[in-house]
Amino acid sequence: MSSIAKGDLILEIADLAVEVQGRLILDGVSLAVRAGEVHAIMGPNGAGKSTLSQLLAGRSGYEVKRGTVRFLGEDLLALPAEERARRGLFLGFQYPVEIPGVNNVYLLKAALNAQRRQHHLPEVDAFDFLGLVRDKMRLMQIDESFLGRGVNEGFSGGEKKRNEILQMMVLEPTLAILDETDSGLDIDALKVVANGVNSLRRDDRAVVLVTHYQRLLDHIVPDRVHVLAGGRILKSGDRNLALELERRGYDWVRHEASAA
Amino acid sequence: MASKPQDLDSLVGQTYRHGFVTDIDSDTVPPGLDEDVIRLISRKKGEPAFLVDWRLKSFRHWQTMREPHWAHVRYPPIDYQAISYYSAPRASSEGPKSLADVDPKLLATYDKLGVPLHERARLAGVAVDAVFDSVSVATTFKARLAEAGVIFCPFSDAVREHPALVEQYLGSVVPPTDNFFAALNSAVFTDGSFVYLPKGVRCPMELSTYFRINAAKTGQFERTLIIADEGSHVSYLEGCTAPMRDENQLHAAVVELVALADANIKYSTVQNWYPGDEHGVGGIYNFVTKRGECRGANSRISWTQVETGSAITWKYPSCVLIGENSVGEFYSVAVANHYQQADTGTKMIHVGRNTRSTIVSKGISAGQAQNSYRGLVKILASADGARNYTQCDSLLMSDRCGAHTFPYIEVKNPTATVEHEATTSKIGEDQLFYCLQRGLSQEDAVNMIVSGFCKSVFKELPMEFAVEAQNLLAVSLEGAVG
Repeated sequence: MSSIAKGDLILEIADLAVEVQGRLILDGVSLAVRAGEVHAIMGPNGAGKSTLSQLLAGRSGYEVKRGTVRFLGEDLLALPAEERARRGLFLGFQYPVEIPGVNNVYLLKAALNAQRRQHHLPEVDAFDFLGLVRDKMRLMQIDESFLGRGVNEGFSGGEKKRNEILQMMVLEPTLAILDETDSGLDIDALKVVANGVNSLRRDDRAVVLVTHYQRLLDHIVPDRVHVLAGGRILKSGDRNLALELERRGYDWVRHEASAA
Repeated sequence: MASKPQDLDSLVGQTYRHGFVTDIDSDTVPPGLDEDVIRLISRKKGEPAFLVDWRLKSFRHWQTMREPHWAHVRYPPIDYQAISYYSAPRASSEGPKSLADVDPKLLATYDKLGVPLHERARLAGVAVDAVFDSVSVATTFKARLAEAGVIFCPFSDAVREHPALVEQYLGSVVPPTDNFFAALNSAVFTDGSFVYLPKGVRCPMELSTYFRINAAKTGQFERTLIIADEGSHVSYLEGCTAPMRDENQLHAAVVELVALADANIKYSTVQNWYPGDEHGVGGIYNFVTKRGECRGANSRISWTQVETGSAITWKYPSCVLIGENSVGEFYSVAVANHYQQADTGTKMIHVGRNTRSTIVSKGISAGQAQNSYRGLVKILASADGARNYTQCDSLLMSDRCGAHTFPYIEVKNPTATVEHEATTSKIGEDQLFYCLQRGLSQEDAVNMIVSGFCKSVFKELPMEFAVEAQNLLAVSLEGAVG
C-alpha cells in the first residue's frame, strides 16, 4: 500500500464551493497537500474549517456547488465515507461521539480490519491486535482500563482527544485531518497528543491540522499554514504566518485580501 | 453532492432466511373448534380423564370470554373456527424410537435452521426436545438427565409417565381462567416441554427446545411446565423459527415455571418467527402467557428474551414473588421492523418479604413498526422491604416508527423501594458517521451500535445463545436505518 513517495500529491482541492442548508460556507477553496507535509488550516470561528473537514471525510448534508477534490488521484467526492476511510483518510473529530456498550477495542479492530481487507491483507487476530494497541496506548499514556470501556463512554474531553489520536496511530492513515484536536486540552495532554501526531509523520503520509490556536503548532511544526476565512483560503505561508496570526489576529489578513 | 446518503430503504428488503416449507404428510384435523375436537385431540394423545375434563372446562370458560384488545397492537379479527387445532407428522402414531426413526426430511429441516440435532447436541452438550408442528419427534440426552433424576420430555410423555406431577402443577401458575388466550391454550394445547428437577439437583446441561410452525393455517398451542424442586437449578433455552407464510398464524403458548425454596430457574428465549413481509403481509401472531412463581424462600426466576420475529407480539413473562427473599428478573430485547407490532414487558408481583425484582427492557423500532413496553410492578401489603429496579430504553431507527412505554406501578407497602428509569433515543447520525469514518460498512455500524445498546441484556444469555441473538439482530435490522 505504500507506493507513495515524498512530494506526491495526496489531496488536491480545486475551487471548492459548498452549501449547507442553502448557505454558502465554502466559496472557492483550493489546496494541495503532498506526501511528507503537515499543513495547518487556521481561521476565525465560522470560517468553514469544520465544514471542510467533515466534507472531506464524507459526511452527508453538504452540497458541493462547484470544484473538485482528488485524493490519491481519485475523485474523493464520488466515494462514500467508509470507502474514503478504507483508502487511508482519517478524521480526528472535534467532538468524538460516545457509543455506549460498544467496546473501544472492538471498534478499533473492526476499523483496522476494514482497512486491511481493502488492501487485501489478512485480518489481524485479537491477540496480535491487543499487542499493537497496548504499544500505542503506552505512547498516548492511556490507561489499561480503557480496553474494557465503551467507545468514548464517560471519557473526559482530554481522554476523547487522546483516543482519537490512538485510533489514528493504529490505522496509520495516508491523510490525517485533525479537527481542533487541541481544543479542551491542558498543556500536558497537548504534548501527549502532539507526540502521537509527530510519531506518525512520514514521507509517505500527510497531516492537515485544523486549529484556532497556534500553540499546537509549537509542538507539531507545520510545513504550510493557511488562513481560511469567509469560505476561502486568504493567505498561505510557513509557520511564521501562524506566529503572526497569534500576534495580530485575523482581521489584517481579511483587509489585505479585500485590498488585493 | 458530497456524499449522497444511501437509499437506505432499498437495503430493507432482506428476505426471511428461514422461509421454507417441509413437504411432509400431516395428520391434520379439519378447521374448527368444539368439544368433539377437544375430545379428539385428547384421544389421539391417549390422555387420562382428568386432562380431558380440564380441557373441556377450559373450553367452556373460554367460550364465555372475549378476546382482549387493550394491547397497543392492531390486527384483523381472528376466525377461531378457521383454524386447525391439531397437526402431527404421519409417523407419529408409533413415535420415533431414535434419531434413525425420524423422517429424514424433518432432520433436514433442522439442518437448514442450523439445528443439526445430533451434531449440535453432542458438540454443545445440549439436550434438545424438538417440537415439529405439534408433536415432539426426537429427544436426546435422556439417559444422562435421567441419571441426575431430571425429567425432560415432551409434554405428552409427561402426561403418560408422570401424571401426578402434571395434575399437581398444570394450571397452578397460569389457570385456564387467567386470560382469553391461556384459556384457549388450556383447551387445545397439543404438546410442549415438561421439566422436573428433584430436590437439590443442579441440571447437568442447558435444556433446549426448538419450536417451529409448519403446516399451513395450523395454530400452535404449546404448553411448557418447568418445576424446580427445593434447591435445584436449571437453565432452559427456547429458540424459535418458522417458514414463510402468507397467512397469519396464531400462536398462543403457555409457559408455567414453579420454583420451590432455594431453587433457580433461568429461562431464555430467542424468538425469530416469521414477522411478515416488508409490506406487513403475513407473519405470526404471538399471543403468549409466560409466568413463573417463586413459591419458596430464596428462590429465583430469571426471564431473558430476544424477540425479533412475529407480526404481532403480545407477551409479558412475569414473576410472582411469594417466597421470602425471592428474586425475579426480566431482561428483554424486542426488535420491531417494517410493520411489526410488539407489546411486551413483564409483571413483577411482590408478595413475600424482602422480595427483589429487576427489569431491563431494550426496545428497538425500525421501519414503520410500533414497539411498546408494558410493565407492572405490584408490591402487596405483605411485601415488607420489597425492591424493584426498572430500566426501560428505546432506540428508534427511523422517523416513521414508534416507541411507547406503559409502566404501571402499584405499591401497597410503605417500606418498598421502586425505581424506574426510561430513555428514548434515535440512532445517532453522529454515531453512524463516526463508525463509517473508521471504515465500517453501514450495516456493520448499525449492528455494532445496536449490539452496544442491548449489551446489558445479551450478557444474561447463555453463551451460544448470545451469538445467535446477535446474528438475529443483524438480520432483523439489515438496512433499517432511515
